[in-house]
Amino acid sequence: MHLVYPAVLSALLFCTGVYGVLARRNAILVLMSVELMLNAVNLNLVAFDAWLRDSLHAGQALTLFVIAIAAAEIGIGLAIVLMVHRARGTSDIDRLRDTSEPAMDRFPDGTGLSGTDPSGAAPARPDDPAGPAATNAEAGA
Amino acid sequence: MNLATHGAALQAAAGHGFLSPSGVEIVFLLVGVVTLGAAVLTVTTRQLVHAALWLVVALGGLAVEYLLLTAEFIAWVQVLIYVGSIVVLLLFGLMLTKAPIGRSPDADSAGRPAALAVAVAAAATLVWVVTDAFRATWIDLDGPAHGSTKVTGQALFRHWVLPFEALSVLLLAALVGAIVLSRKYAAEAGAGPDAGAGTDAGGRAPRTGERQS
Repeated sequence: MHLVYPAVLSALLFCTGVYGVLARRNAILVLMSVELMLNAVNLNLVAFDAWLRDSLHAGQALTLFVIAIAAAEIGIGLAIVLMVHRARGTSDIDRLRDTSEPAMDRFPDGTGLSGTDPSGAAPARPDDPAGPAATNAEAGA
Repeated sequence: MNLATHGAALQAAAGHGFLSPSGVEIVFLLVGVVTLGAAVLTVTTRQLVHAALWLVVALGGLAVEYLLLTAEFIAWVQVLIYVGSIVVLLLFGLMLTKAPIGRSPDADSAGRPAALAVAVAAAATLVWVVTDAFRATWIDLDGPAHGSTKVTGQALFRHWVLPFEALSVLLLAALVGAIVLSRKYAAEAGAGPDAGAGTDAGGRAPRTGERQS
């Protein structure tokens, strides 16, 4: 088999995962995209292990390790997302603007909680003209 | 195309046909198209539960690709762990965070064009580099299976025992950490000023209601 096939497929899968991580808003969808990226790396490892015929089977052993670490990562990540959802009522990463306690958003530096809210439930403060623009810029970064 | 001319030029030297692929390559290509399409749908669909189900298709397709690359044990581990447990965990996560059933208009963030530009640029660069580097490289898939359970198990428990055991400790620590993170602290919830005081079984803090009302 030509080595280009699995290598190109894994590159494209990785870039799909990159797009998902950057463009998705729900934290669980971001975790799914991270899983896609890890799987692209696994495909690369398996393909190069089959090409090199390593006597230690380093590629396949590392693939198994990556799968186990992905399981651990998804467990921890989902626990964190559930905890954030329980504390704040949302799992949209755009709205998680601060690392402070929930009581802190009464202060002027906690303006981001209402930045890109599409329902308009919490309008942006009029004294913060850079609010939605800054939120868009940070979400795109 | 540039690549095709290179392949035709290399065909005589290497004895492999770039433009006349073997059966394994055709199957790999077809399954790869399905996998990539499912992955793209995973990151673009607006229905959150459908994203998880398309992820099942993508991961299953990758398991078939592992089988085609003679890595049987990895393929079954992929089916068991990814399709069997990780996607189920993700579905539980979607359920517990009250993900909307049906189309949700705010599934994508505002930085979507920038994300698309980054992804396309990265894809173009990576594909160009990879095809340029490995256009004359072939995997020899003949002979005994390189990744059967026996071979993988011998390699794993002969050469990779220490990382394997360290990984088991890591997995235990991660799962204990997940349990500690997701349990509710009754004493702290009662003592705190307002944070988590009303975190009832439904998982909604009272502040949430007042923000949404």
